[in-house]
Amino acid sequence: MTEARTERAVDVLIVGAGPAGLSAATELARAGAGTVEVIEREQAAGGIPRHSRHTGYGLRDLHRILTGPSYARHHIEAALAAGAHLRTGVTVTGWSPLPGASARTESGASSGPGHRRAVPPAAPGLTAPRAAAWADQTGAAGRSGSAWGEGRDAAPLVVTTTGPGGLERIRARAVLLATGARERPRSARLVPGSRPAGVYTTGQLQQEVYVRHQRIGRRAVVVGTEHVAYSAALTLRHAGVEVRALLTDLPRQQSYAAFHHALRLAYTIPVLAAHTVTAIHGRDRVTGVGVRRPDGTEAVIACDTVVFTGDWIPDHELARRAGLAIDPGTRGPAVTATLSTTHPGVFAAGNLVHPVETADNAALAGRAAARSILAHLNAAPPTTPSASGTTLAASPTSDLVPVRAGGALRWAAPNLLHPDARPDRDRLILWAATIAHHPHIEIRQKDRVLWSTRRHRPLVPGRPYYLPSHWLPAIDPHGAPIEITTV
Amino acid sequence: MDGEAYDVLIIGAGVVGTAIARDLARHPLRAALVDAAADVGEGTSKANTAILHTGFDATPGTLESRLVRRGHDLLRDYAARAGIPVERTGAILVAWTEEQRDALPALAEKAAANGYHATELITPEECYRREPHLGPGALGGLVVPDEGIICPWTTPIAYATEAVRAGADLRLNTRVTGVTPGPEGHEVHTGRGVLRTRYLINAAGLYGDAIDRMLGHAAFTVTPRRGQLIVFDKLSRPLAAHILLPVPTAMGKGVLVAPTVYGNVMLGPTAEDLDDKTATGSTAAGLAMLREKGAAILPELLEEEVTAVYAGLRAATEHADYQITAHAEQRYVTVGGIRSTGLTASLAIAEHVRGLLAEAGLPLGEPRESTPPRMPNLGEAFPRPYERADLIAADPAYGEIVCHCERVTRGEIRDALHADVPARTPGGLSRRTRATNGRCQAFYCGAEVRALLEAATTGERNA
Repeated sequence: MTEARTERAVDVLIVGAGPAGLSAATELARAGAGTVEVIEREQAAGGIPRHSRHTGYGLRDLHRILTGPSYARHHIEAALAAGAHLRTGVTVTGWSPLPGASARTESGASSGPGHRRAVPPAAPGLTAPRAAAWADQTGAAGRSGSAWGEGRDAAPLVVTTTGPGGLERIRARAVLLATGARERPRSARLVPGSRPAGVYTTGQLQQEVYVRHQRIGRRAVVVGTEHVAYSAALTLRHAGVEVRALLTDLPRQQSYAAFHHALRLAYTIPVLAAHTVTAIHGRDRVTGVGVRRPDGTEAVIACDTVVFTGDWIPDHELARRAGLAIDPGTRGPAVTATLSTTHPGVFAAGNLVHPVETADNAALAGRAAARSILAHLNAAPPTTPSASGTTLAASPTSDLVPVRAGGALRWAAPNLLHPDARPDRDRLILWAATIAHHPHIEIRQKDRVLWSTRRHRPLVPGRPYYLPSHWLPAIDPHGAPIEITTV
Repeated sequence: MDGEAYDVLIIGAGVVGTAIARDLARHPLRAALVDAAADVGEGTSKANTAILHTGFDATPGTLESRLVRRGHDLLRDYAARAGIPVERTGAILVAWTEEQRDALPALAEKAAANGYHATELITPEECYRREPHLGPGALGGLVVPDEGIICPWTTPIAYATEAVRAGADLRLNTRVTGVTPGPEGHEVHTGRGVLRTRYLINAAGLYGDAIDRMLGHAAFTVTPRRGQLIVFDKLSRPLAAHILLPVPTAMGKGVLVAPTVYGNVMLGPTAEDLDDKTATGSTAAGLAMLREKGAAILPELLEEEVTAVYAGLRAATEHADYQITAHAEQRYVTVGGIRSTGLTASLAIAEHVRGLLAEAGLPLGEPRESTPPRMPNLGEAFPRPYERADLIAADPAYGEIVCHCERVTRGEIRDALHADVPARTPGGLSRRTRATNGRCQAFYCGAEVRALLEAATTGERNA
């Protein structure tokens, strides 16, 4: 007997209790959205800020500056005070059809060796022809291509969970994915060499130092120079580790001048630009990091600890397994200006959608998602999903236009646009792939230039870049994808 | 521990050494299994392509051909009883050049000569029907329906567990530094003192030639052959239903794509002959070569995230066949030159070695009834604890997921730390549970897993 699930129903299910999920929960519960439940797989709610002891959290959403743990606590207390239900130590393991519907698409339903598939087909939100066209246009077909037009009996508004209390199946009228992002580890960056102990991401480092008070090492090299690299350096110093260098293969560091100079002056840590990591050395423990210098010569920096920072990838597994359209740039679910995904009733917010913004921006995105979810709940009949598992008749994505980023840009969010839908704070978030000074950014729809602008601020990888959205009404909702590129 | 006397001592606790220990421990013998490493299966055994071979492509008439065929049947049966995950995915050898296509019928004949008759030649259309994500240009294929994938980590741990339960001494962190043969038996010098044994078995893998030389033999030299492998994210698993094998030609064996029992897809291996038996690092050139080959076989795979990169060393020798030799006068058996087929052949090798020992004069005695241990399931094709309401109801620790990427629960980690052959290193814990092996590589759970491991090992030191 493996499949004995408790059946439950809520109005809004939020996956992830970081700043985005908690802010959305607070807003929804305050607005009387019914039962609002936040599910968090970690033992403690709060998300990444609770691992980060330094100050600087909350400026934009709370209008004051807190440490990470205080900021996390604030959001937990606000959500609970508003009446949201917060469940930690519970994992959403997948999407489920309703009882009685075909079990074919249930993630986790074993049909014997060799037959289980990692990504089950699930109900797409786009109509099949439109989705195919979208996939063709964006090149996003491959990974989720087989999902389109299949699995009509699946219901991405029903999730399965695992927790110490057992297995559950939870139906919701709306689901918000707020699963955040993580740093690419060393292996995903294909850094060659041996596999000794002492190789970290900032996420692991900060939990070992601040949550578990574990020993780290003596001398470290930090790979990356985004803001988070400076946070990692502070964490290492806090743990009594000498930071030998911060490295980037870009021609310059990427954080703001204030962080950069403060750290350099306070700790005299060298920041080495145009240095590429060529290998990790060491058998049991790291003994050094191989680097290629700007002049092409190679060297080994002796250290016993290496921290790989930044290079964010959204935690998109649930989005992928639901068959949601994935933006090829962010690799998170594609979202509309109102943070709806390609499945009706499924929303996404925070660093899953824009990997990554600061915690306060993620929290504001959670609030924006809450407003959209309220509108969705008010428009939808207050009944639970029908037995067939399909929930809403109208697809919200039938006349949306996908966005493709190019040139010095890696992605833009939101990335499913419509002339009448204005994004939160009337702006698009852009992410740079390379450094560009005085970038000339052009927004086109096929041959039509919607807006062309030369900007003062440079594009720098690791720093969010904002673009006003006043040009949205000029979009042809039935036209080609929108291209946002540097020219 | 100086002077302890065994009937038989096995050097090397890889998949071959543990299989031999398991086999001999069923007999009324004092058996010891000795390894320099901190865990069983810590060398070549942990870093292979995890394929359960039929032996279809072995050289007919060789010892390897015979033992792989026999071992395949034995291990499939043992795995089912011990709960070692196995999936019979089948393999397709895909031909990308005319030379490769023309080689397929001869491979089918070779399979038949090895006693395997179920191969099937298929057209390009059929290749794409069975594997829709194959890259363009496939000219045909040979299907081997019984090739499968297996968990290479659970297998030696299961053997060692059964051996230990039957009374064998497992001596880890014990490097053999010399052997002094004597009329009554061997003195085996180790970093932890001298062990005495009447019979000695050399299953030292990469170091098999060094041990052999301690006994005065120089029948083979091990040249480590490095195989680098890239493991892709679980979201890539639907891209490959079968093991996609290269067609061996004069140009070498080539690169394969294979699903893993953990739900990932693996690309590799490289084949680089080295002279350093510790060179288990990956290289930029090796990874670039794999990615280039992988992009031709399964283009969409390369768009997925990489979860892990590792490299293993196969114990290649100058001989094509296994080097298993009994020196009866020395009461010594060498089990050398066991390459990537060793996992599949392990139980048959053990059976063969037992026969050689008996011929060399070791009275084996009547074997006892021995049941395989029931191992924790690491395979995606079978229910894992986080999916089992019954287990969680009995013990809520199986509902507490600690490693989110691999969905490993606190209960499984606890069990691995307290097993008969317990996890004592981070790698040992990963190989018993999958914890920290996933896409985040410990970003989320590393600190907690480390705390659990340190709590278990610290308690031991203080006890």
